Amino acid sequence: MRIALDYEPGVTSALVARHGGRPEMLIQILHGVIEHFSFVPEAAIRQLAEELNLSRADVHGVVSYYDDFRTEAPGKHIVKICQAEACQAMGSRALTQHAKETLGIDLHETGGDITLDPVYCLGNCACSPAVMIDGRTYGRVSEEKFDELIGALNDTAAGNLD
Amino acid sequence: MARSKVYVPRETSAVSVGADDVAISIARCSKKSGEDIELIRNGSWGASWLEPLVEVEVDGQRIAYGNVAPADVRGLFEQGFLAGGDHAKRLGPTREIPYLSKQQRWTFFRAGLNNPLSLQDFLATSGFKALEKALTMSGEEIVDTIAASGLRGRGGAGFPTGIKWRAVLEAQAEQKYIACNADEGDSGTFSDRMLMESDPLCLIEGMAIAGFATGASKGYVYLRSEYPLTYRIFGKALELARDNGWLGKNIQGTGFDFDIELHLGAGSYVCGEETAMLESLEGKRGIVRSKPPLPVHAGLFGKPTVVNNVITLASVPNIIRLGAERYASYGVNRSKGTLAFQLAGNIKRGGLVEAAFGVTLRELIEGFGGGTASGRPVKAVQVGGPLGAYIPAEQLEIPLDYEAFAEIGAMIGHGGIVVFDELSNMAQMARFAMEFCAIESCGKCTPCRIGSTRGVEVIDRILAGEEKENNYDLLVELCDTMEGASLCAMGGMTPFPVRSVLKYFAEDFAPHKGGDA
Ligand SMILES: Cc1cc2nc3c(=O)[nH]c(=O)nc-3n(C[C@H](O)[C@H](O)[C@H](O)COP(=O)(O)O)c2cc1C
Ligand code: SF4
Ligand code: FES
Repeated sequence: MRIALDYEPGVTSALVARHGGRPEMLIQILHGVIEHFSFVPEAAIRQLAEELNLSRADVHGVVSYYDDFRTEAPGKHIVKICQAEACQAMGSRALTQHAKETLGIDLHETGGDITLDPVYCLGNCACSPAVMIDGRTYGRVSEEKFDELIGALNDTAAGNLD
Repeated sequence: MARSKVYVPRETSAVSVGADDVAISIARCSKKSGEDIELIRNGSWGASWLEPLVEVEVDGQRIAYGNVAPADVRGLFEQGFLAGGDHAKRLGPTREIPYLSKQQRWTFFRAGLNNPLSLQDFLATSGFKALEKALTMSGEEIVDTIAASGLRGRGGAGFPTGIKWRAVLEAQAEQKYIACNADEGDSGTFSDRMLMESDPLCLIEGMAIAGFATGASKGYVYLRSEYPLTYRIFGKALELARDNGWLGKNIQGTGFDFDIELHLGAGSYVCGEETAMLESLEGKRGIVRSKPPLPVHAGLFGKPTVVNNVITLASVPNIIRLGAERYASYGVNRSKGTLAFQLAGNIKRGGLVEAAFGVTLRELIEGFGGGTASGRPVKAVQVGGPLGAYIPAEQLEIPLDYEAFAEIGAMIGHGGIVVFDELSNMAQMARFAMEFCAIESCGKCTPCRIGSTRGVEVIDRILAGEEKENNYDLLVELCDTMEGASLCAMGGMTPFPVRSVLKYFAEDFAPHKGGDA
């Protein structure tokens, strides 16, 4: 689960320092930004350009090129359903349809606490269909199992677990 | 009584179907029952269909229990599984499971055996023996050995590894690099991941040998971000190697310096293409570079760079240790050695099967794989990832041999084998091939960027029954253009799966057959 934090320039500076201020570490640093803030705020782009001695267009270019670097806050939970061939062969299209219907959102959308995204292979193709929830990979995900996993998220949200 | 050893894999597939929960249940149950156990989180043997696969060591022999759920654990203890007791889930000795015993394990010989982060276990199973041997050889000798083994790149293109290494060895430069491609973007593939999770030190050893052979003091691993557990395990393995003098300055007092930096990708398929990967390692957008120059001459930061796949590099230690002839004695024709095939999709016994080249698709899919998971007949098999052709069930006798595959317009690629059953609609898969290319294109060339989007539209029109003949011709033309005028295989080979569907499954293009794949 992700808790949205207000942007703190200090966190980004620390990430830059941890990577030796090397501009080629931009992608690694952006992963750190996402880990902390769940998305890449405009302020981080400006700051990274400055601290890494890159143009703002360079940093923007990288952020917009890679799917991992969202620029808007996602829901508290990120649910990714694999759309690649091996998972399709085991019914991921139907599973995706089921997810859209039960969550009431399309792929790339956020509804309530949940963001639903496509992903193209989690390397779990021998246990298809595969789903990733908040960075954890699940395999052999039937519709029932999907509902269970989502149900468990709602429980955590309500403070019933942990 | 000595503490019983219990093994529960910590590997993505095993964990994805509950291995962590099983491990917790086992720990709890042993505490409750007062039975002292040593719980070892090993890597995976690769029999993913049996995960979570729990083992107990009884009199020096490992006894396996398959598909163990947390709810089974109490029963297992009650039935004395610590002594190898009988149970519905008992499979017998791990070594005698036919799926495993029939393989020819070379690169994956250690996978599943031990805790992958135990240096002691690694050293006890010939770990770093090859590096020690390599450090007594000259760069030339090492490169000659790799060339003689016939090892070819396992990332997709099958380029001879010896030739690549020689070019970097001969290049004059103060700094050279080893860049390991762990982007593993092809659907149906997971061997890089399994190797890095189950025997990470083996990859480190292979990279260090490559570095010593070619004169490179720095290595990079470019790992896809979809593999968070791999990132943690491999990151720990790097620390372990560094802390024990197997990476860093003056390795084991020999004067050889070599270190490795682990980078995460960021969700782009084309970053698996070697030059796009180099751009990404430099912190830039993953746009494919024009060649020449080749990476061996001007690669990472413009320096001579060996770009190799994980499996290529991880096959190296045993080649150095056991000899090129041993490796070359496996395989057929110009496809020497073994490949870690990956059985995926609609298959009963999915997982990793390392076997010598020359094995047929049928032996892999029916012999090892047990046919489809659904029990329905096989309709098509996609080998080699999203750019690989769909092979119809009638052609399963084909041997896994790079050249034999090239002859029928197919490719082995990274060894992923994705099975589709009779209910699959292959026109939808052709559409997906175009759609995937449109999503993942780096955008540098028009035929790839625009052609793929047109491809989706044209297929949609065919499926809707609009001007079928014309659109059919248009689709073939699009394939010709993409194939002829794209800079890299993304645009250049997306037509392969599409054409194979046109050739073998044309009936699926009939209107109103647009069902689920
Ligand atoms: C679109 C595209 C994606 C690729 N993805 C990968 C990949 O994920 N992993 C990989 O090792 N090679 C991939 N390759 C092949 C690499 O370009 C390159 O040939 C390979 O990494 C070289 O290593 P090898 O000689 O050990 O196979 C890809 C190629 C293309 C065109
Ligand atoms: S073929 Fe596609 S992915 Fe490859 S360089 Fe051209 S636009 Fe980029
Ligand atoms: S295709 Fe879905 S996990 Fe690989």
